[in-house]
Amino acid sequence: MYLLNRKQRHTVNSTWMIISLLLVALLPFLLFIGLYLKSVLLLHDYSLADLIFSKVWRPSAGKFGFYPFIIGSVWVTVVAMLITAPICLLTAIYVTQYTKKFFLRIMHPAIDILAGIPSVVYGLWGILVIVPFISRYLGPWLDVKTMGYSILAASFVLSIMIIPFVLNILIEIFRSIPTELKEAALSLGATQWQTIKHVLLRKALPGIIAAFGFGLARAFGETMAVLMVVGNVVRLPKSVFDPGYTLPALIANNYGEMLSIPKYDSALMFAALLLLAVSLFFNLVMHFFIVRYNKY
Amino acid sequence: MTRSQKIEEKFFKLLMILATYFILAILAVIIYSIFEKGFKSISWEMLTQVPHGGYYYGKSGGILNAILGSLALAFGATLLAFVIGMPVALYLNVFLIRHKKVISVIRFLLDLVWGIPSIVYGAFGFSLMIFFGLQTSLLAGILTVTLFILPIMIRSMDEILCTVPIGLQEAAYSLGSNKSEIAFKIFTRQSISGIITAVLLSFGRGIGDAAAVLFTAGYTDHLPNGLLEPVATLPLSIFFQLSSPVPEVQNRAYASALVLTLIILIVSLFSRGLGKRYHKTKINF
Repeated sequence: MYLLNRKQRHTVNSTWMIISLLLVALLPFLLFIGLYLKSVLLLHDYSLADLIFSKVWRPSAGKFGFYPFIIGSVWVTVVAMLITAPICLLTAIYVTQYTKKFFLRIMHPAIDILAGIPSVVYGLWGILVIVPFISRYLGPWLDVKTMGYSILAASFVLSIMIIPFVLNILIEIFRSIPTELKEAALSLGATQWQTIKHVLLRKALPGIIAAFGFGLARAFGETMAVLMVVGNVVRLPKSVFDPGYTLPALIANNYGEMLSIPKYDSALMFAALLLLAVSLFFNLVMHFFIVRYNKY
Repeated sequence: MTRSQKIEEKFFKLLMILATYFILAILAVIIYSIFEKGFKSISWEMLTQVPHGGYYYGKSGGILNAILGSLALAFGATLLAFVIGMPVALYLNVFLIRHKKVISVIRFLLDLVWGIPSIVYGAFGFSLMIFFGLQTSLLAGILTVTLFILPIMIRSMDEILCTVPIGLQEAAYSLGSNKSEIAFKIFTRQSISGIITAVLLSFGRGIGDAAAVLFTAGYTDHLPNGLLEPVATLPLSIFFQLSSPVPEVQNRAYASALVLTLIILIVSLFSRGLGKRYHKTKINF
C-alpha cells in the first residue's frame, strides 16, 4: 500500500516538517535582509536622517525625501484610529457585558464579512460613497474647500477596514476577564457601569492598548483602499480635508517606472523597508503588552 | 446612586448601542452599495469573455481573464501554503508539545509575520523575482501570495490543533504510533473542520489581495496559460477599470467588485457550513 515503511515515512515526514518550520521562522529575517540589500544602494548615498526628514521628492533629480509620505501615513493612520478606537471599545463592552450570547452569534458573522471584504472593494466603496459625501456635504457644511479625495476619506475607509481586526481582539480580551472579578465588584454594591469603568477597563487596559497598537500597525501598511481615496498629492497636508500621499501608496503607484530612473527602485524598496520596520516594531511592543496582560 | 451617576450610565449605554449598530449599519451600507451598483452593470458577457480590443474605452468584452487568473493564483498559493503550513502547525502541536518556550517563540514570530503589510511582501517578491531573473508571471504571483497567506494559514490551524487534548496523543502513543503518524493520521482527523476553515480563510485572503500581486503577477488581457506567463487578477482589474474616465468601464469595475465580493462571501459561507458538517467526526472528551 505504501512505498516506504513506517520508519522511512516518519523520517520523510519529520524532515519535511522541519524544513517548512525553518522556512517560516526565517521569513521575517529574510524579508528584512532582502529589502535591506535592495535599499542599501540608496542608504549608501544619503544618510538615514536625510531620507526621512527631507521634504523634496523628485526622483528624476535624485532627490528622495520621504517626509511627506511618512507624515501622510501618520495622519491617515492616527485619524483612522481616532475613529475606530472608541467605536470598537464601546461595541466590545456592549456585546460582551450587556447583551445575551445570541447577539454575539449575529455579530461574529458580521465581523467576519467585514474582515473578508478585499481592500480594493473598500476603496471602491470609498470612491462611491465617502468621497462624494465629503465633497458634497461635509466640506460645504464645514465651509472648507475639498475635492473629497482627502486624508479624511482615507482615514474613514481605513477605520472601517480595521474595525473587525481590533474588535475581535477586544472581544477576546473582555471575554477572558474572569467572572469572579466582576462578581466581587457587583457584590460590593457597584453598578454595572461602575464595575465596567473601574474594574473591567482597568484590568483590560494593557490588552486594550495592544489591540489598538495592532490596529495601528495594520492601518499603517494598508495599501489599495488608501491609495484609491487619499488623492496622491506629494505635499504636506495642512488639514484632514487636504489630499495626501502614504508610503504604501508610493510603492504601489510607482512600481511601473521604477526601473527607468536610477536608484528609484532602491528608494521604493527603502519605503517597503520602513513599512516593515514600523510593522515589526509595533507588533513587537504590543506583544509585550499582551504578555503582561496575560500574566496578571 | 446619585442622579448624575445614573445619567452617566444611561449615556454610555446609549453610546455603546449606537456604536454597535453603527458597525452593523456600515456593513449593510457597504454590501448594499456594492450589490446595487454591481447588479446594475453585470452581464453574462462580462463573465464569459475576455477583454476585446478597446475594452478599456468601453468596447465589448468581459473579465473572464481576471476571474480565472485570480482563481488560479489563489488556488496555487493556497495549495502551496497548505503543503508548507500544515506540517508546521502539526510540528508545533505534536513534536514540540513539551517545549512550551520554543512554541511561544515560533508563535510570536508567526504573529509578527502576520502583521506585515502585503505591499511589503509584494516588494520583497519583486526583488526576489529580479534576483532570480523571473518575469512577472503566475508563478511569481503564487510565490508572493503564498508567503503572505502562510502565517494566516498556520496560525488558524494552530488555534484548532492546540485544542486537541493531550490524552488523545497519549492514547495513540500507547498503541504504538510514532509522532508523524499521530500528526498526520490523528490530529488531522480530529481537527479536520478547523483545517478546512483555515484553508478557506487563506484562500479568501489570497484572492482578495491586490498589493502583493501588483508587482509580481503582472496583467494581461488573455486567459492564464502556463505558470511563466503574466496573469490578470480581479482586484487589479477592478483597480484599472475604476481609474478609467469612461463611465461604462467604471460600471464594469462595480460589476467586477460584485464578482469578487460574491466569491469571497461564498467561500466564507462554505467554510462555516463545512466546519459544522465535519464536526460530527470529532471524538469528544
